[in-house]
Amino acid sequence: MANALHIVVCAGIVPDPLQTLEPVTGPTGPGLKNEMVLPAVLDPWAACALYEAAALAAKNPGSKLWLVSLGPKAKLQQVMMTVAQKVPLELVPIDGPIGGFPDAHSTAAVLAETIAALPGLDKTTLLLFGGWESATRGAGVTLQLVGERLGITDQFQGVDQIDLRDDGSFEVLERVEGGKHQLSVCAGAPAVLGWATGNLAEPRNNPQVGMSNMRTIMPALQKARAAKLDANGLSYVSVSLPKQQRTTRVVKDLTPDEIAAELVAWIGAE
Amino acid sequence: MENLLVLTHADETGSALTRASLETVTAGLELAARLSASLTIGIVAADSTSAAAALASTGARLLAVSGEAFSQARYATDAAAVEALCRAANATIVLAPGSSRFTRVAAGVAHRLSGFVDTHITSLGGADTIEASRWFYRQRIEAVVSRNVRPWFLLLDAGTHTAFAGASGTAKIEEVAVQLPALRTTVSGFRAPQQDQQTIRPDAKMLLVAGAGWTKKQPDGQIHAAEAGELILGFLGATGASLGSSKSLVDQGGEGNSVLPFLTHLNQIGQTGSTPRHAKGLSTCCHGEEPHVVGWRFIADRRAISLDPNCGWTRGKADVVYVADAFPVMAKVNALLEAAKA
Repeated sequence: MANALHIVVCAGIVPDPLQTLEPVTGPTGPGLKNEMVLPAVLDPWAACALYEAAALAAKNPGSKLWLVSLGPKAKLQQVMMTVAQKVPLELVPIDGPIGGFPDAHSTAAVLAETIAALPGLDKTTLLLFGGWESATRGAGVTLQLVGERLGITDQFQGVDQIDLRDDGSFEVLERVEGGKHQLSVCAGAPAVLGWATGNLAEPRNNPQVGMSNMRTIMPALQKARAAKLDANGLSYVSVSLPKQQRTTRVVKDLTPDEIAAELVAWIGAE
Repeated sequence: MENLLVLTHADETGSALTRASLETVTAGLELAARLSASLTIGIVAADSTSAAAALASTGARLLAVSGEAFSQARYATDAAAVEALCRAANATIVLAPGSSRFTRVAAGVAHRLSGFVDTHITSLGGADTIEASRWFYRQRIEAVVSRNVRPWFLLLDAGTHTAFAGASGTAKIEEVAVQLPALRTTVSGFRAPQQDQQTIRPDAKMLLVAGAGWTKKQPDGQIHAAEAGELILGFLGATGASLGSSKSLVDQGGEGNSVLPFLTHLNQIGQTGSTPRHAKGLSTCCHGEEPHVVGWRFIADRRAISLDPNCGWTRGKADVVYVADAFPVMAKVNALLEAAKA
């Protein structure tokens, strides 16, 4: 029980990556066309964080895992039907806007306030997990801001691995430039870890875990508090799809030798 | 009037500035001139002397946080250093390179200063104001943002400006004292593949992307993963190209399928990977899903080898698509490159 951890995973929901996205401007600012009907998934990097958190909690008996997620209640419920079958968790939903255009500072303030108020949370054993960037805003700042608001000054981003030691300290691998990892040793919790892909595959759906989770998820969703996000002086001058459409030359009738010769000439061209 | 602070940091040598830092200096000089703003450059390094000398010709005020504690990238020390620099410069606008080092701390420092941060900035425009371009939804939607609150931190993506290369000279440095908190994290070093096995080369002119087709059954009904690996590594060796991969190919390793042993998640480009910047890109054996295209957003000149002439990737996204089997083509390409070297 020496390493019993309180792990809080912050994870948003994002449109399924295979969906076509089209920006529109509404009365509250930019958004996505038909945003509320686009199929949603758990943010991919945050999902990696969730799976790593569940594995860490399973290895350290007495640990507890919360999933804090901000989004429209209806969308959260839809996504949780799948996520709940993956790993044991306690969902802490916050009813708020979806998407990448709201300000990250406001999002962080709401998340930090929610985490600080979690019943039974021991901040001395807190590991705050999340994706190092989201697939919506992709700014990579929300988790840091939550950490700062909670007074945590050991933070790691682009994490691919954590090895917890018996004394509570841990080694952590962070992605840095040039395809390398920076290896650090932290004295222990509390700490913030923004995950990249990690090393774990997506867990298979487990209906028993799903049923157990849903017993608490549905009441939590019903009681989810509503959050309004401030703009913090952020304004959008324009929001648009990239315009460049290339004129593609499709080459169907060349032999491998001819293609190779053309490619080598292209590679060597300045 | 805006007080503009450009943040820079040293590379692994501890004294020379990183290329991304020098690019940010260029952006700072341009922005300061446009806004008629005062310009200060902050340096975080174990020894800032040579870094400052390289910036002497900028004419900017130079502030530095130096010492052994700042030789390594670590949240507690870097956040304290950047906070001290920002306070000393009384900065209203802070430009910083979007390096792993500053990306780790910029938001936290912005919060400490009651400021705000925007990252992955690709260009700075506007007339009397600052309008910053960045991408949303993993490089699928482009937006121009502005803020009327200060201080405003802007982290610039690497490769979006030319690196500053002024004449070296004698510079006057103002050392800024930093009150460090108790340190609980020790940086032990770096882990990387051996030099000849390192396939990620951010400075390479070319990116080779390997898709899942390399480990699919070939016309003889067999999988030729070993041969695929040799062809890919042969190309990387001959050209010095960097290697990217689709998620599906990297994931095969975790699913017990035939894999290319040198591939890791770090090679992955696209939705849950990187979006690298290279002058040229050659895609091989890839499908054309939109997530994969995301990874190619900043490749200038794109060619692909694909067996599928109707692949979504081929239409409007690549400049040239060769409808062919990548195995014989890449074997011949490697042979030609080797012959040219000889």
